[in-house]
Amino acid sequence: MLCNTLTLFREFGTQILINGVGRISAIAGAKQKDTDTGNAESGSLGEPPRLRTGEASKAAQVREDIDAMTSHDPILQISDVSLVFGGVRALTEVNFAVHPGELFSIIGPNGAGKTSMLNCISGRYHPTSGSVHFKGQDVTGLKPNDRAELGIGRTFQNLALFGHMSVLDNIMVGRHHLLKNNFLTGALYWFSGAQKEELEHRRFCEDVIDFLEISHIRKATAGTLSYGLRKRVELARAVALRPDLILLDEPMAGMNLEEKEDMARFIIDLNEEWGMTVVMIEHDMGVVMDISNRVMVLDFGRKIAEGTPDQVMANAHVRKAYLGEDSDGADDTDEKVA
Amino acid sequence: MAGFSMRPCGDFRTTYRQDTRIFDTVFVRNAALLGIVATALIPFVLDGYYVNLFIQISYFAIAALGLNILVGFTGQISLGHAAFFGFGAFASAWINNTTGIPVLLSIPLAGLMTAAVGLLFGVPAARIKGLYLAIATLAAQFILEDFFSRANWFTGGSSGAAANPVNVFGYEIYDDFSFFYVCLFFLVVMYVLGANLMRSRDGRAFVAVRDHYLSAEIMGINLTKYRLMSFAISSFYAGIGGALYGHYLGFVSAEGFTILLSIQFLGMIIIGGLGSVKGTLMGTVFMVLLPEVMEAGVSVMSVFDWARTTAVTDGLAYIKEMAIGLAIILFLIFEPDGLAHRWQQIRAYWKLYPFSY
Repeated sequence: MLCNTLTLFREFGTQILINGVGRISAIAGAKQKDTDTGNAESGSLGEPPRLRTGEASKAAQVREDIDAMTSHDPILQISDVSLVFGGVRALTEVNFAVHPGELFSIIGPNGAGKTSMLNCISGRYHPTSGSVHFKGQDVTGLKPNDRAELGIGRTFQNLALFGHMSVLDNIMVGRHHLLKNNFLTGALYWFSGAQKEELEHRRFCEDVIDFLEISHIRKATAGTLSYGLRKRVELARAVALRPDLILLDEPMAGMNLEEKEDMARFIIDLNEEWGMTVVMIEHDMGVVMDISNRVMVLDFGRKIAEGTPDQVMANAHVRKAYLGEDSDGADDTDEKVA
Repeated sequence: MAGFSMRPCGDFRTTYRQDTRIFDTVFVRNAALLGIVATALIPFVLDGYYVNLFIQISYFAIAALGLNILVGFTGQISLGHAAFFGFGAFASAWINNTTGIPVLLSIPLAGLMTAAVGLLFGVPAARIKGLYLAIATLAAQFILEDFFSRANWFTGGSSGAAANPVNVFGYEIYDDFSFFYVCLFFLVVMYVLGANLMRSRDGRAFVAVRDHYLSAEIMGINLTKYRLMSFAISSFYAGIGGALYGHYLGFVSAEGFTILLSIQFLGMIIIGGLGSVKGTLMGTVFMVLLPEVMEAGVSVMSVFDWARTTAVTDGLAYIKEMAIGLAIILFLIFEPDGLAHRWQQIRAYWKLYPFSY
C-alpha cells in the first residue's frame, strides 16, 4: 500500500494535468522532488490547482471563490459522524461541511472510510452517532429512497447499473421520483397522461445523453457495454435524478487517460454549468488536486486534513498517512520505493 | 451494437413517441392485430377441441403473465402461484353466488381480492430474497390449499363450489364458442395493460429492483413498496386467470391448485422467457400444446407394427410424459433465455440473410 500511495504522489508531479476545458498541460518531472520533500506550496507546482481562469493571480482567485462559496449555509453538514461495525471503527467523529456549488473531494488510503462516509450521506449506512444535515434538514435516519427526492444522487465504486435494461431505461429510472404516473395510470398508458409524462421526461433524458456523449449507445443493453461507458451511463443515471448534491464514488477508477479526461470534463461541467454540488472520492491525485475546490483526507476513519488542494498537499499528517512515518527526505523515500 | 432491435432500412424515428411504442414497427403491429383477428376466427374454422385449447391457453397465459411480472420482472421467486390462481376461481364464484354481482364484474373483483391476499403473503418478501422467499411462498401454497378444503363458507369445502356461467346482458354463455370471446377479450386487455405497465415508471422500477436493488433504492425506489406491489399485481393476474378458469368449468374444487400447477406456471415463463410479456404468451402456448403435439406423435407412431405391441401401447402414456419432460430440459439447455429470445434470433436471421452479421 505504501508503494501504491507513494506513486500516486509522485505521479502528481509528473503526470499530465487536465484542466477545465479539456486541454492538457504537462507539468515537468523536475517539480517532483519539491513535492516529495514537503516544500509543496501552491507555487511549487507551477500552477495553482484550478487551471481555468488563465489569469496571473489564480491562487488568490481560487481562494476568493472558495471564500464566497463557504460564506453560504452549507448544503451538506456532517457533524461528529461515527460508524462502528462490531469492533471496527469505520468512521470516528468526522466533521465537515460542503457548500452549495462546491466540488469537494474525499481522499485517503484504501480502507480509510471514504466509501463508508459516502454511504452515510446517501443513506446506505446510518451513522452510529453524529448527524447528517442536508439543506438544513436532519437526514440522519432517512431511508436512501427518500433522499433521492431531497436531491441527493450518487454513483457507485463497483458498477451498479441495471444490467438487463437499455441505457435509456437506466437513465429513465433516474427520473423515478420526478415521474407521477403509477402502476394504474402506467397500465392505462394512453388514457391517463402517462404517455405524455413519459415523453416529457424522455426529452430531459436525451439532454443528459447528449451531454455525456452516449447517444450512440442509448438503445444498447447496459450490461454489454465497456467499463468506461458503463461508468458514464451510471453518471448519466445519477444526473437524471437532477440532484443538488451528487456523490461520485471513484468515477475514474479503471479508466484510461482519455476516458479520465472526459470524465473530469463532465464533472466540471456538472459543477459549473448544471450547478450541482459534487462530493467525489477519487484516487487519481492529479485529477483530485486539479479540479477540486476543497479536499478532505481520511485515514483510519478519522479526518486528518481539510482545505484547498495545495493546503492539503502541504499538510504533514497527510504526507505521513500517504508516505509512512520515516519520510524525512526525498532521497530516503525514493530508496524505499526502489 | 448488441441490443439493437432489428429495424428495416429507412425506418427513422423522428419523435420520442414513435420510439416508445409497444411494437417495433408498423408491420409488427399490424401483424399482431391480424393475429388477434385471425384468433377471433378460430371458432368458425376449427372444431370445438381447439377452441377448448385456446380457452385453456388464455386463462393460463393471464396467470402466467402475473407470475412473470413477479419472477421475471421483479426477480422474486414464487412457488405459490397456483394457490392464488385457485383463490381467484373460488373468489369469483363466491362473489357471484353470495352477492349476485354479474360474473363479468365478479371476475375483476376476484382479481382484486386475490391481490389483497397476495399482498398479505407478499409481506415476507419485503424482508427475504431468493431461496428463502421461495420457501415462504411455498408456505402460501400450502396454507391456501388447506384453506380451500376447510373454508366451507367460501369454497364449499371438499365438495367444491359451483361457478355460474358468464352472463352478458341477460344472455348466458354456456358454450365454448361464446366463452372463447370472453377469454380473448380478457387476454388482450390484460396483455396490453401488462405491456403498458412495463414501459412506464413502475414497470421500470420493478426491473430496477430485480437488476440491482441497492442502486434502485438510491434512485428513489422504495424497495418494500415495489416488492409488495409486484406481489399484488401478480396475484391480481392470477386471480383473473383463475376466475376465468372457474367460470369456464362451472365448478371449482380444491384439488386442481396443487404445487404441480405452480411449477407448470414457472415452466411456462421460463420456457417463454423471463422478463418478456410476449414470451409469456409463447411459453404458455408451448406448455399447453406440447402434450397435444406428443399425442399426435403417438398416433402417428401407431401405424407401425412395433408400436402396436402391448409393451409399447401400455407404456405410451409414460413415454408421452417423459417426452414432455425431455422437451423442457432440452429447452433449458439450448435456449435458456426462452422462446422470446429465440424469436428475436429468428427475426435477425431473416433480416440479415444471407449474412450472419
